[in-house]
Amino acid sequence: MEFNHIIKLKNFTTTTLLAVFLIFCSINTFAEVQLSHESDGEAASTAEEKFDPTVTILEHISDTHSWHLFGHTSIALPVILFTPNGLDIFLSSKLVNEHHQAVAYNSGKNTYLNEEEHIKILAADGEIDEEASAHLYDFSITKNVAAMFIAVITILLVFTKVASAYKTRYGKAPKGLQSFAEPFIIFVRDDIARPNIGYKYEKFMPMLLTIFFFIWFNNLLGLIPIFPGGANVTGNIAFTLVLSAIVLIIVNLNGNKYYWSHIFKPDVPFWLLPIMWIVEIIGIFSKPFALMIRLFANITAGHIIILSLVSLIFIFKSLAIAPVSVAFVLFMSVLELLVAFLQAFIFTMLTALFIGTAVEDHHH
Amino acid sequence: MDLVTPSIGLVFWTLISFLILLVLLKKIAWKPVLSAIHERERSIEDALNKAEIAREEIAALTNQNESLLKQARAERDEILKQAKTLKDQIVTEAKASAQAEGNKMIEKAKTEINNQKIAALSEVKSQVASLSLEIAEKVLKTQFADKQAQETLVTQLLNDVKLN
Repeated sequence: MEFNHIIKLKNFTTTTLLAVFLIFCSINTFAEVQLSHESDGEAASTAEEKFDPTVTILEHISDTHSWHLFGHTSIALPVILFTPNGLDIFLSSKLVNEHHQAVAYNSGKNTYLNEEEHIKILAADGEIDEEASAHLYDFSITKNVAAMFIAVITILLVFTKVASAYKTRYGKAPKGLQSFAEPFIIFVRDDIARPNIGYKYEKFMPMLLTIFFFIWFNNLLGLIPIFPGGANVTGNIAFTLVLSAIVLIIVNLNGNKYYWSHIFKPDVPFWLLPIMWIVEIIGIFSKPFALMIRLFANITAGHIIILSLVSLIFIFKSLAIAPVSVAFVLFMSVLELLVAFLQAFIFTMLTALFIGTAVEDHHH
Repeated sequence: MDLVTPSIGLVFWTLISFLILLVLLKKIAWKPVLSAIHERERSIEDALNKAEIAREEIAALTNQNESLLKQARAERDEILKQAKTLKDQIVTEAKASAQAEGNKMIEKAKTEINNQKIAALSEVKSQVASLSLEIAEKVLKTQFADKQAQETLVTQLLNDVKLN
């Protein structure tokens, strides 16, 4: 496969890519040092009401059952649970008291406790019933699910409008929202789908476009610090897992005989075949796996960096550090804006590339 | 570890969201948008091609016009030249024929004059002859009227003959 065109693509020169990655490397280490340092201090100061950035940051980047807006205000989201005693639906506000502390809630079927965002079933004696909790399946509309729904609705609204513009302004130059969307649609078609998949690209266009805009809109919404943004949807492993699983299925369902013969009858001495089978089968899974980790790590890292920078103010307990933090956060936010697009692009690009290898007509 | 443990709820809802989004967008957005873009690109390409063809046609027409003009000019020049030659020729011919005609007429006139002169002369001659005869007749008549004179003359003549 030729990978050169990824790097040669229009504005993404090697240097830019390298620069972006280098920035990540350095700031990531910085963030890690910061985090590990703080977690050392955590043990010593649990008694005091000391600010713990690790907890705060992890709280912000992980999924929650209620959507914290500001101060003591949060949106209660529906909790949907499949338990051995049947389906249970109630609002997440039932699981906390007026001081926002987790309390046990008896729905009639079970007694639940939200233990660090993992809902557990309590036994009659008030202890956690581990066996019953293992059979509890949590399908709650969590913060991430709600944020994802908002993204889905936004995308649907935007593209319904765009599509209607194509009907009313048939054959004319794009205008308004349409002229915002069209370059990206054409970008996906001409720079992602066509060069990687070849003439069969049309079949995969809806797939690639949906992946691209779904990731990108979720990335962008994640960058907004206030409601309806702020959720770390694309930085959640479950989200990336689903997308890469879809990619895995699409790629292998569309694999033609050349693709499979490349996997099962590679051009090697026969005694190497068993090894090659193992390698190739690992390869089938490692490619989407890399997609999953890449998106998850990039977005989560971005959120962690920004949160760490903000945390600096509270760690130093000094307002003097605020301008520095804000400047860095601003810089990182702008960079994240680029990364939001870049990650959506890379995910789509690699998906197209994998599809391309699966549908390629003749092998070299 | 929580961070890298996918929760079943989010997996489920992501899958549902993505599939719904894919189906809806494919139907309401991607198909019409892509076909509209494709159509537009094709029509733009068509228009450009047509413009190119038109341009070529115009260029060809201009060329044709120019060559026609050139040809027409050449033809005009040729015709003018021919006309000039023809005119010259006609003039020369006319001159020549006029000359010839004139000469002929002069010749004819000369002949006529000659003939008239000859005729006049011969008439004059015959009249002179008849006049002379008349005169001679009259003279003779008068001469012969006088017998004496006659005899004298004869005698004289006879005398002359003797002398000879």
